[in-house]
Amino acid sequence: MSQILVEELSKTYRIAERDPGMLGAVRGLVRRRWRTVEALSGVSFALERGELVGLIGPNGAGKSTTIKILSGILEPSAGRCEVDGLVPWRQRIRHVARIGVVFGQRTQLWWDLPVIEGFDLLRDIYRVPQDQYAATRDELVALLRLDRLLRQPVRQLSLGQRMRCEIAAALLHSPPLIFLDEPTIGLDAPSKLAVREFVGRLNRERGVTVILTTHDMHDIEALAERVIVIGGGRILADGPFASLRAGVLAERRLFVDFAGEAPALDEPDVRVVARDGRQLELAFDPRRIAAPELIARIVAGHAIDDIHVAEPLIEEVIARFYEQHGAGEA
Amino acid sequence: MTNALALYGRYVAASVRAQMAYPASLAMTTAGSLLGTVIEFIGIWALFQRFGQIGGWRVGEVALFYGLISVTFSIADMTTRGFDVFGSVFVRTGAFDRLLLRPRSPALQLMGYELRLSRLGRLAQGAAVFAIGLAITHEHWSVGAVAILAFAMAGGAALFAGLLILQATLAFWTVESLEAVNILTYGGQTAAQYPLNVYAGWFRNVLIWIVPIGCISYLPMLAAMGRADPLGTPSWLLPLAPAAGFAFLGVALFTWRFGIRHYASSGA
Amino acid sequence: MSEAMRGPRTRSGDGGVAVRAALRPYLAVIAGRFQLTLQYRTAAFAGFITQLWFGVIKVLIFAAFYAGGAARAPMTLGNAIDYVWLGQALLAFLPWNADPDVAEMVRTGAVAYERLRPVDTYAWWYARALAWSVGRVAPRAALMVAFAAVALPLVGLGKWGLGPPASPVAAGLFALSFVGLVLLSAAITLVINIVMTSTLDERGPNLLAAPFVNLLSGLIVPLAFFPDWLRPWLRAQPIAGLADIPFSIYFGALSGLSAAGAIGLQFCWVAVLVVVGRWRLEAAMARLQIQGG
Repeated sequence: MSQILVEELSKTYRIAERDPGMLGAVRGLVRRRWRTVEALSGVSFALERGELVGLIGPNGAGKSTTIKILSGILEPSAGRCEVDGLVPWRQRIRHVARIGVVFGQRTQLWWDLPVIEGFDLLRDIYRVPQDQYAATRDELVALLRLDRLLRQPVRQLSLGQRMRCEIAAALLHSPPLIFLDEPTIGLDAPSKLAVREFVGRLNRERGVTVILTTHDMHDIEALAERVIVIGGGRILADGPFASLRAGVLAERRLFVDFAGEAPALDEPDVRVVARDGRQLELAFDPRRIAAPELIARIVAGHAIDDIHVAEPLIEEVIARFYEQHGAGEA
Repeated sequence: MTNALALYGRYVAASVRAQMAYPASLAMTTAGSLLGTVIEFIGIWALFQRFGQIGGWRVGEVALFYGLISVTFSIADMTTRGFDVFGSVFVRTGAFDRLLLRPRSPALQLMGYELRLSRLGRLAQGAAVFAIGLAITHEHWSVGAVAILAFAMAGGAALFAGLLILQATLAFWTVESLEAVNILTYGGQTAAQYPLNVYAGWFRNVLIWIVPIGCISYLPMLAAMGRADPLGTPSWLLPLAPAAGFAFLGVALFTWRFGIRHYASSGA
Repeated sequence: MSEAMRGPRTRSGDGGVAVRAALRPYLAVIAGRFQLTLQYRTAAFAGFITQLWFGVIKVLIFAAFYAGGAARAPMTLGNAIDYVWLGQALLAFLPWNADPDVAEMVRTGAVAYERLRPVDTYAWWYARALAWSVGRVAPRAALMVAFAAVALPLVGLGKWGLGPPASPVAAGLFALSFVGLVLLSAAITLVINIVMTSTLDERGPNLLAAPFVNLLSGLIVPLAFFPDWLRPWLRAQPIAGLADIPFSIYFGALSGLSAAGAIGLQFCWVAVLVVVGRWRLEAAMARLQIQGG
């Protein structure tokens, strides 16, 4: 059975509208005007234990609504959702004891307390037995290299250090399912790599199910075997990232450094994207012309210094995908 | 239940340690809290040295009323900070979601948010004024009277906590102008510094039937002093009156749960 | 901070009037900040309700004291009630805190950057404080006067409301003393700002200011109720000018020469505080520039 089952999930908000100012506020008390906003409509998917899924989409697409429903803090308007056999918002307390949540933009640690004391408090909040707690904590401290941070008050940590502590804090009760909401936002490159590496190991070696939302496509590229794209409250795509790329932007790039001035190339099925002195950047569709064939043709006609094929940048793929589905930010 | 108490104890210890991280700041806020209330009492003293009495009560007796409500209010003010800042710190920023993501009651987590040590300043001042009142009035205090006062303080802390919980509940709908609830907490506290019989009838009724501050200060204090109510409340009722504070807290907690349900379905 | 950053708003180029050019940034910050403060209407309304409620409690307590011994009081119950409503209406003039923006700058260490403005820091801060307090008080005072001086008499509760000034002369003197109150309020706010800047401590001065201001202004109890031997001292200190002096003039407890003397004292205190304040602020700023704040 799937660990997470979501069927036809919908969420509509009613937003009270009022005129600005005191008069508007008073009038709003008497008669309210409501506007209905559909945050999610008919979202369905299933997740198996041990999957690592990237949940992506433009701002306001419904990602955080989905996460809030899955984690039990929001009740949907319609549809079914079960996590490990529990309905998150109905059996909230039991449910949240078994999940871990990391918000990249907020802290769950206590600002003025040393990290270790926050951990101890979480042990009591989650009722983790002492010996189990000590073992988990020591392991996390070793894996995330926290030993020198534990005695420092949270407010003194850098963002990267704090994020490592946040991740440890969310895992102290050994949840089999974790939600990571933009865990790499604002981090420098080494911290991003450290977070990605840890999350990957957690998933591969412990079989922890991970749901990751992010705007950093390198997180997705590095971690997620499966991507769910949400836009306008619906699922636009659900599958391996490679197939998403193939469907959206089959095009590849060929970079050619000529021995002399770059020539005016006239090949069928090939488009010149950029020209820079001796270099040409070419775009081609591998379904129409295979890369080896194209290279052979160019090498046959010209003196070449260097040549290499590249895939389009992941940001480009996603931006193109949103564009195709009209899912850009409203 | 014991488990919840143990966790609350953990929270309190953590909060105390966090405040101890800034000893100078703590000393200063405590001194400020003490100074503010001392000066407030200087005002009351000035009025008494002009008028001699109010509604048949002399300064020593009013000191007892003042001391009781001051101690009660400081205890409530110390413990309910989480509810007081609920709108600005938890709802507006979305931090309340974090509390819902933990397998414990949100009310317990908010209680544990902060134990405001600085309010010990007001508490000390209230206790000192009470002691002065005792010295002036030469009241004789039986064990029963002390028990009644302890009950009154507990009921009073429950009442003020209930008011703060209602304020926090309102925050699920709006975070604007919540400080207006201060007229019930601070305002009620100020009103209860004097015995209720000095006030006009309509105001007394507000303080007994709507926000039952009289039930946790005036009425039990009469019982502890062994006086009859000049307004004719049956004397058997006087020591029981603080129960109204617990009833108020119960109603407030019920409303609070309703607010949480609203939050979960509206996603505020 | 934002309205200050917007900079001068008045139009330039109307003939090189040097004084006007020199005053321009200060007038601009007054206008901008006043408008900004006026926008906080819900806060003003909540403030009005709170002050109204505490006013009711104070009136009830005075009534109870007077019921038992009016003869020993230094003023009539009617005067005491006027005093309460004036105090509630003008409460936001009491300088309980430093300018919140200055406190923020001290906290973040940005206060030394005030030196980057091509203006006199004291005058700049004074202009801000003035606009801020007037903007905060205006809506609250209007509502409170409408309630206490108009609504209460209309429903037949006039004796619990705010009566008119004692005489046309008293009204004129009150207006003068009111100007002194407003100027003094800003000057004392500046004292707190300056203590904060000199000590680089944004909490202490705020904590200590309010209790003393409340007591010494007469807000807690009119100064006349304190023992007679204390009264000359209480009246002479600067904070009396924030409430006790103008209010006593309003209902005629201070009149004629003694009123004129009291008003003179108010303005003297303004002058002293401004001169000493500016001197101390320059010293504090110079120290910050040397130490690098």
